Amino acid sequence: MSSSGHPKTTYDVLRAHGVDRRKFLKFCTLTAAAMGLDVSLVPKVVEAMETKPRIPVIWLHGLECTCCSESFIRSSHPIAQDVILNMISLDYDDTLQAAAGEQVEEIRRKVMKEHPGEYVLAVEGNAPTNDGGVYCTVGGDTFLNVLRETAEHAKFVVAWGSCASNGCVQSAYPNPTGAKPVHELIHGKPIVNVPGCPPIAEVMTGVLTYVLTFGRLPELDSFHRPKMFYAQRIHDKCYRRAYFDAGQFVEEWDDDGARKGWCLYKMGCRGPTTYNSCSTFKWNNGVSYPIGSGHGCIGCSENNFWDNSPFYDRLTSIPVPGIEATPDGVGETLAIAAGVGVAAHFASFMVKKGLDRSRGRDAESDE
Amino acid sequence: MTAQRVVVDPVTRIEGHLRIEAMLDGKGTIQDAMSSGTMWRGIEIILRNRDPRTAWAYCERICGVCTTVHALASVRAVENAVGITVPRNADIIRNIMFLTQYVQDHVIHFYHLTALDWVDLVSALGADPAKTAALAQAVSPHWPKATTGYFSDVKATLSKFASSGQLGIFANAYWGHPAYKLPAEANLMAVAHYLEALKWQKEIAKIHTIFGGKNPHPNYLVGGMACAIDMQSDNAINMERLNYVKGLITQAQGIVENLYLPDLLAVASFYPEWTTYGGGLGNYMSYGDMPQNGIGDPSTFLFPRGIILDKDLSKVLEVDPTDPDQIREQVAHSWYTYPAGTEALHPWDGVTEPKYTGPKPPYKQLDENGQYSWLKAPRWRGKAMEVGPLARVLIGFASGRDDFKEVVTEALGQLKIPAAALFSTLGRLAARGLETRLAAHWLQAEFDRLVANIKAGDQQVADTTRWEPATWPAECKGFGFTEAPRGSLGHWVHIKDTKIANYQAVVPSTWNASPKDSEGQHGAYEAALLGTPMADPKRPVEILRTIHSFDPCLACASHVFGPDGEKLAEVVVR
Repeated sequence: MSSSGHPKTTYDVLRAHGVDRRKFLKFCTLTAAAMGLDVSLVPKVVEAMETKPRIPVIWLHGLECTCCSESFIRSSHPIAQDVILNMISLDYDDTLQAAAGEQVEEIRRKVMKEHPGEYVLAVEGNAPTNDGGVYCTVGGDTFLNVLRETAEHAKFVVAWGSCASNGCVQSAYPNPTGAKPVHELIHGKPIVNVPGCPPIAEVMTGVLTYVLTFGRLPELDSFHRPKMFYAQRIHDKCYRRAYFDAGQFVEEWDDDGARKGWCLYKMGCRGPTTYNSCSTFKWNNGVSYPIGSGHGCIGCSENNFWDNSPFYDRLTSIPVPGIEATPDGVGETLAIAAGVGVAAHFASFMVKKGLDRSRGRDAESDE
Repeated sequence: MTAQRVVVDPVTRIEGHLRIEAMLDGKGTIQDAMSSGTMWRGIEIILRNRDPRTAWAYCERICGVCTTVHALASVRAVENAVGITVPRNADIIRNIMFLTQYVQDHVIHFYHLTALDWVDLVSALGADPAKTAALAQAVSPHWPKATTGYFSDVKATLSKFASSGQLGIFANAYWGHPAYKLPAEANLMAVAHYLEALKWQKEIAKIHTIFGGKNPHPNYLVGGMACAIDMQSDNAINMERLNYVKGLITQAQGIVENLYLPDLLAVASFYPEWTTYGGGLGNYMSYGDMPQNGIGDPSTFLFPRGIILDKDLSKVLEVDPTDPDQIREQVAHSWYTYPAGTEALHPWDGVTEPKYTGPKPPYKQLDENGQYSWLKAPRWRGKAMEVGPLARVLIGFASGRDDFKEVVTEALGQLKIPAAALFSTLGRLAARGLETRLAAHWLQAEFDRLVANIKAGDQQVADTTRWEPATWPAECKGFGFTEAPRGSLGHWVHIKDTKIANYQAVVPSTWNASPKDSEGQHGAYEAALLGTPMADPKRPVEILRTIHSFDPCLACASHVFGPDGEKLAEVVVR
């Protein structure tokens, strides 16, 4: 079998699968809902699915742990099968590809040649740059070369996860291989960063389906993250926020507060400095998220989170209070190891909320 | 056919980056083979000087496919070093998460990582849906989706996908290769179940989410678990959460008993010749796991500990991973250097420096006489070992354990093959399925144990008496281990002044994918490829079958730590 021939639209494929118009419209409505779109935009989704052939995707793997691919196949809406069979044409992906060796490299070259400027480059992991890039090779060539070569004619680049977006664990101090995220290596191409270790499954499929539906990238913030998924801090939408505001904290693992589900701020939770959708979407189709299961957020979608202070150390600075804060407004968020910020924050925050000041002092006295 | 070298790079449907070079004789039979790990990240260097209580999170990112296993080994290592015994509930919850990983990982391996080596997608297009339904009902009477209508729909999906001209992940593969032996109907059934398993795998993962907050990469805690238990709270592990877990376990058992096992045995029955290829080393090792009375009591492990040498099932030898004379790593064919005069080192004394001596990329081939991999070569008393499902099942069987004997004997009877057939590529695949059966059964047993313990009044999930580093000895060392789905995993930690002074991980795929050692002994992958005939060297499906039977995980396998020149003076080893 070859991958030549006229590409069919998503609707063509669905119709050919025996999906009638009624079911197709329902599918589009669900897809729109999954992306958080208003019902008035459903016709736009329908149009996209009816008229656009499946976009070729080349999914490369560099230095990584494959948690992004694993997360991707956990997506509940849409499910991975629909994405792979009906929405995109996943032409190259080391993890799922049936072919191996020369046969897969042949596919990559073919897509680059036949669809210049049309294919999407998805990158999981990053490239080591020390010693000529020998710390990661694919097909006998360095991943660095493969990445640059494949990016050249890509329509745009999706940087999956914290490795590709920020560098993640292998670029933590002392970064022995000189691992660098995609945006430091590829220039002159639109790049969407989808950080998280891994990103939430529905965030991954949401980014892809948004592009398919609207034919353009989602709105990005100054860190190239889609605003629709990374505009707010976990803390601001956390269901335990009320306990923070009330000064009710877990003081020790497995204590009475832990059993009651109080705020994990004192156990080092990075929710106040982490921009992600965990507290809204939650994980694995809404089952829970780290805080919901009793462990603080470790800030895995933030730049350089492995080298910020140990994640059980309490944050001493919470940049800006209030749900209206956006990453662009705050600037780069950092968990600062030492400082006086939090006391001042607590003081002003308690005044702002008009809460019992004695509870506020309770929290401050532990600083 | 002339003698030639076959290169497979990248080996796909694995985790990480692996290159295989096989040397064929004039008849197309593999005479020599090289397994090369082509990635290295240096995570153990990164761990140095960090808070040992956070090590589990860094280690967990060694691998996202076998997520949780490095976190588990890491918290056990730190607990061992500083002297923490975790509460019973934490032990059981960890066991439940461990078994969840087994069931999920092994089912994904069968359907999504190896099935396409045995199942011809194109042949499925010619299947008769009615005959497929009859076959499916015969193979698995209790699986409900075995109707003509169901298989007609799957066939239609497949045909139209194929005719779309965009074949995605199925393009350019080895369809029609003479090594494919299944009838069209069996191929269609397997492809249908590929899609069923893909839909299901996201469900079982929710057990990790309930106890650990997310999957991949759920959270662990030194001292126990962070998920508090309180039957009177709506914000802890309570009746609703336990019911959720119970439902997922029941669903998983249905998948294992009615989908995975029947499919595995059905596919295996068409490939009897693969019980004669791929055996390899014949040396097997397991650290054991699934504690019933704490990790310090190996006699209660459901996965027993031991060593089998030279395929001799009449005796199981003892293994002690903390004994410096037993496990040692070599670098003769690895891209590292040891100090002059040093040939092998125990992980406690891990001294390694990366030094790439391979060809400048892009390259065509590696040198089998030189250094050729980012993996070291771990050895047990100088011998190369295989770890993983086959090792565990053989050690359980040879240890005389009834549960292992029962599942093994039943499967051998169904396939009408002798026990010696287990020493093969197919034996490895079968062992993975059989231990998944045990794991699904144990999941329910562990769940029941958790409920019983809570019912007896015990809600504790963490021991925090040694949470504060001030309570630790000035210097201590710990060993943590687990039997990860791919095999024996050990973490060795040396803590000094409350920080990590040295961290070493010797992981399953390092054992299995290791290059040759200084005596020229092959690693398990290499040994397993020897003697295998290839029908069409340009389309290396035979190599993929045997390599995939180990379920390679290369992000795990490549590791190293920087020089730790200091001699340990007074060190607490628990």
